[in-house]
Amino acid sequence: MAIKRRDFLKFGGLTLLGTAVSSVVNEVLSGEVKAEEYEPSPKQLVGKHWGIAIEVKKCKEAQSKCGFKCIEVCNYLHNIPQIPDKKKEIKWIWHDEFEHAFPEQGTNEYLNEYFKGVPFILLCNHCEHPPCVRVCPTRATFKREDGIVMMDYHRCIGCRFCMAACPYGARSFNWYDPRRFLKKVNPEYPTRTKGVVEKCMLCYERLADGKIPACVEACPVKALHFGDLNDPNSEINKVIKGRMVIRRKEELGTGPSILYIVD
Amino acid sequence: MIEKALHGSRKYWIWLAFLGVFILIGFLCYLHQWKIGLGVTGMSRDVSWGFYIANFTFLVGVAAGAVMIVLPYYWHNYKVYGKITVLGEFLAIAAVMMCLLFIFVDLGQPMRAMNVLRYPTPHSVFFFDACVLNGYLLLNLICGWTVLHSYYKGTKYPSWLKPIIYIAILWAPSIHIVTAFIYQGLPGREFWLTAIMAPRFLASAFCAGPAFIIVAALLLKKVANFDPGKQAIDSLAKTVAYAFIANLLMFFFEVFTAFYSNIPGHKAPLKYLFVGLNGHSEWVPFMWAGAIMAAIAIILLVIPKTRKNEATLTIACICVFFACWIDKGIGLLVGGYTPTPFDTITPYVPTLPEIGIVLGVWAVGFFVLTILYKIFLGVYRSKELVVKYNGVLYKK
Repeated sequence: MAIKRRDFLKFGGLTLLGTAVSSVVNEVLSGEVKAEEYEPSPKQLVGKHWGIAIEVKKCKEAQSKCGFKCIEVCNYLHNIPQIPDKKKEIKWIWHDEFEHAFPEQGTNEYLNEYFKGVPFILLCNHCEHPPCVRVCPTRATFKREDGIVMMDYHRCIGCRFCMAACPYGARSFNWYDPRRFLKKVNPEYPTRTKGVVEKCMLCYERLADGKIPACVEACPVKALHFGDLNDPNSEINKVIKGRMVIRRKEELGTGPSILYIVD
Repeated sequence: MIEKALHGSRKYWIWLAFLGVFILIGFLCYLHQWKIGLGVTGMSRDVSWGFYIANFTFLVGVAAGAVMIVLPYYWHNYKVYGKITVLGEFLAIAAVMMCLLFIFVDLGQPMRAMNVLRYPTPHSVFFFDACVLNGYLLLNLICGWTVLHSYYKGTKYPSWLKPIIYIAILWAPSIHIVTAFIYQGLPGREFWLTAIMAPRFLASAFCAGPAFIIVAALLLKKVANFDPGKQAIDSLAKTVAYAFIANLLMFFFEVFTAFYSNIPGHKAPLKYLFVGLNGHSEWVPFMWAGAIMAAIAIILLVIPKTRKNEATLTIACICVFFACWIDKGIGLLVGGYTPTPFDTITPYVPTLPEIGIVLGVWAVGFFVLTILYKIFLGVYRSKELVVKYNGVLYKK
């Protein structure tokens, strides 16, 4: 006898439910799958808490001969598109004045005067407690064990919750297909697609090759210093010792890893 | 019961066709956005959410508002609401569908939307929002359809539905609390970082949703001879009045905190919205239009005579709906992103394709609502006893 419509629908519904439940159970039981076949290169720089310290006075002194090499190099190496509409721009590293880098001090005219003409290099702070990682619904942005806040361009659904959450405006979204705006393509780094968020990733690809981040290396007066903040003998800890170091929006408790040496 | 939506008057089909035109326009605009990217909208690096998320935020409230009818009827046996509970549940279905559509059109990579379920992330509010919204849609579909179907068959609703209804009642405020949490947990946005965000969302939900239902019920009375009952409308109008007063009060609490504390970061977004800031005043007329509508609404709702009069009540409810739409929609979004984290102002204005898509999604919502309400009316009509005797129509 032919099956009744109601019974068929019940059977179909149960099958669907069973499929969903089984896939969820499977996911829960298998847990987080780490790439076990991946062996880090012997050249890989190893650290627990990568950070960058920027000597702002040195940066100011180099203004006449520098032309912001750090920004130029990053833009080339990482295929960052140059989009004419400033509203839709993509920037991983850029510079701004004190009152925009530290707006909570922006009404302090005395500090504004003190830092007049001093460029502040801004980038993703790779926070110790990143709000962007907290809000990402797919973990497309995640914090690596060495402290770098990473992006997975293939998982990102482009919801831009991370952009709303970031207190530093460090993230950019691909409003258009970025490949149209690339004049010179660096074939060694992937280009992105439209509809995903991107930001500085502390040159993780260079760290894997034993090199320091491109911006740090490119600075002609060595105003940027890179190192493991967790290692008391690292270069960065030697540089900041005894100096006056400030971080952006300290009161929010994000724990930025980008330090500004302002004395 | 679906066949009830397949037969209708000329006006019914013309209305559906009218909505269909907007759906088509919205769809074409979306194809344009699909091809070029979200760059066709007015959103920017500094204002990363705009009109889509604004409408989504407002509509979650409208969807939750149905609970103001369902709760008194099922938990406190308030029989007066008997005829309109299904209207509330069907509104919730249409509203949640619009919410999900607005999220979908806002995504940069919509084909990856399932990633939210493939990689569940309990510490992300968006993950919870996806779960509770879809859950609420399912609950209302089950409750509304089953209750209507039982009425159609001439019996009481089955006993297994009662726990599902209870869950739906508890679920309704939760969808809006979760949506409020999207905003109030972000450390970098001073306009949103307030505990009163969730109560404000609930208050505007409980006035905007019922306000829409009042207008819809009065409209159905006019065009389809469906009488919800004077007492039901009266009680609902009182609910709208109190909820709207609470909504306005909480807004004024925010204004007090911002201006009495005199903290620049707190004052800045409100200044930008209502008087302009640093030479930017794009949204000032819009916000004051909302304020004027709110004033009209509160006057008409508080005075019993105007609240009881159907014409003035309709005006008041429309004003409530639009005032809440502005306040919990674009006002909320633009205020949160202004000033930027760099203390600058990047103005946001929706573009034409963006507006086209928004109108298209609203048209889809109204389309679904029309179909559902037509089914509802069809069932009610079929249960009426109508006799024509000596040229006079008698109805039971």
